Amino acid sequence: MGKIIELKKVNKWFDKFQVLKDIDLEVAAQEKIVICGPSGSGKSTLIRCINRLEEHQEGNIIVDGNELSESTKNIEKIRAEVGMVFQQFNLFPHLSILDNCTLAPIWVKKLPKKEAEELAMKNLTRVQIDDQALKFPGQLSGGQQQRAAIARALCMEPKIMLFDEPTSALDPEMIKEVLDVMVDLAKGGMTMIVVTHEMGFAKEVADYMIFMDEGKIVERARTKEFFENPKSDRTKLFLSQIL
Amino acid sequence: MNLITKPSKENIKTYLPIGIVLIFLSFLDVFINAFFSLNLSGFFPSQVSYFLPLILGYIGFYLIRIEFSGVRSLDILNKNINSNNFNAFLTLLTVFIIIKSIPPLLNWFFLEANFVGDSKDDCTGNGACWVFIKVWFNRFMYGLYPDAEQWRINSAFLILFTVVGVSFFVKEKLKKYFILFLIFIYPFLGIELISGGSFGLKYVETAAWGGLSLTFIISAFAILFCFPIGVFLALGRRSSLPAIRYISIGFIELWRGVPLITVLFMSAVMFPMFLPDGTFIDKLIRVLIAITLFEAAYMAEVVRGGLQALPKGQYEAAKSLGMGYWRMNALIILPQALKLVIPGIANTLLALVKDTPLIFVVGLMELAGMIGLAKTNPKWLGMAMEGYVFAGLVFWIICYAMSRYSQNLEKKLSTER
Repeated sequence: MGKIIELKKVNKWFDKFQVLKDIDLEVAAQEKIVICGPSGSGKSTLIRCINRLEEHQEGNIIVDGNELSESTKNIEKIRAEVGMVFQQFNLFPHLSILDNCTLAPIWVKKLPKKEAEELAMKNLTRVQIDDQALKFPGQLSGGQQQRAAIARALCMEPKIMLFDEPTSALDPEMIKEVLDVMVDLAKGGMTMIVVTHEMGFAKEVADYMIFMDEGKIVERARTKEFFENPKSDRTKLFLSQIL
Repeated sequence: MNLITKPSKENIKTYLPIGIVLIFLSFLDVFINAFFSLNLSGFFPSQVSYFLPLILGYIGFYLIRIEFSGVRSLDILNKNINSNNFNAFLTLLTVFIIIKSIPPLLNWFFLEANFVGDSKDDCTGNGACWVFIKVWFNRFMYGLYPDAEQWRINSAFLILFTVVGVSFFVKEKLKKYFILFLIFIYPFLGIELISGGSFGLKYVETAAWGGLSLTFIISAFAILFCFPIGVFLALGRRSSLPAIRYISIGFIELWRGVPLITVLFMSAVMFPMFLPDGTFIDKLIRVLIAITLFEAAYMAEVVRGGLQALPKGQYEAAKSLGMGYWRMNALIILPQALKLVIPGIANTLLALVKDTPLIFVVGLMELAGMIGLAKTNPKWLGMAMEGYVFAGLVFWIICYAMSRYSQNLEKKLSTER
């Protein structure tokens, strides 16, 4: 399987504070990767660099054969192939759930309205909120909103999905319904990079685990190995605290 | 001693009727005094007589201030206008002032006012001389526009109101054609109709335009153009490109820092000096451009307030779906930001309408300007009050309608339930 995402020696600073230090990462198509680590370790920044919501200062990031840099002309095109799910859902509150899902396909991918709506309903059915399609985001529960956000990203038919702590803003009861959708997505063969603290989910779907601390990748290992036999002391400490 | 005990549920049967009677007496006293100039309590010493209604009402309100009385309307009354001694006092004063001010207003506006006649000599009463408004009404509406051609202004506005009216009742799909017509075709059609010069219509120079119709023309054009310019300036001020950002900031700060009256004066007097010989831009157009740019600067800051209130996540979500700058702003950011600042936009547009009288400094006369002209007519001296009350009323009606419309729009666009 070919590499779909490649990061080489990526460094990033916020002013003088270095958030990412020499990050090397390769992701093959259909791989599922879970990134964990303490807060402030740079996990979110890392995945936000992959669709260039954050800009890196050094190193190379190559997504689906396109290098991301300041001179990248078609950044919108690359972003259209990389779906992103946010911690705060970020649904568009002035549009109904259906319109949230059809907006980008209609205006970015130029799909006819009818086709876009069929696609949206298919994806909303997949995340099991097709009955809420005509409601506005403010009328939905947190779990439903996050599932709608996943459906919205899926409507662009992305090759890669990035999840930035998708369950951190949810009530415990709603976490499961979102994770179920993500598990279903993973089983469907989507390439996924997930920042999360849900270790049960990680054990179930992840091919690789990545542990980050202070802007560095401390440990990268196959999931089973990572949980049963972590090498670094920092990882052991972290796992002992959250498991 | 029954009278000393605090009003409570036990003594409600005695206190409530006594209190109501006292309050009624106090209102009656003021009412009769105001409407019939009779002093019921004249047999008291003058000072006591003067304060008697206040004292009676005050005691009355004290007696009916019964907590948890069990009478619903009494509880509501006590809670809202009679919660303590000070509020009871304010309530009484407010009611007295209202009662006292009704008769003089009624007299001036209607009872002693003159409606019939066609010259100042027909105004014999002490009240308003509405004859003034009646005689000058045509001028107040159309300025110095020739009488024979006024049907053109009428029909221009009739078309406008008809199209707007019909557009409220047609289906959503057709609505957008109505809006496109109103924005892109109607302005030229209307100006052609009013200005004339072709299609066999007699040319009427803009100096002859005036009155309420000019108020409408200036307001409508300024609103139409200042809104998009303001939006672009707001986006420009938040642009990541330094050149665009600094140009926007400079433009906004320049126009916001100058009084409108100065801008108007410059547009009329100084601007033509910079034009090459032989070129001529109509005064009304220069004034329109000045007002438009002036209000656009204010609009820009209002819109920017809305842009800043949106969470960063909305921008990120739009970007992550592959939208570029313009699509992101047109589809995601502006619809939300503009909705947030509807009250501020309404504020700015109301101010714009009420700023139009300032064009008198360059010799253009809309409604207030025409009134200013009419009141200096030797045959009609001393009519300033009637004129400006009329102008105030007309402006109030226009502005209140706009305010109501903005409130409806806010309600209609609300998606938070």
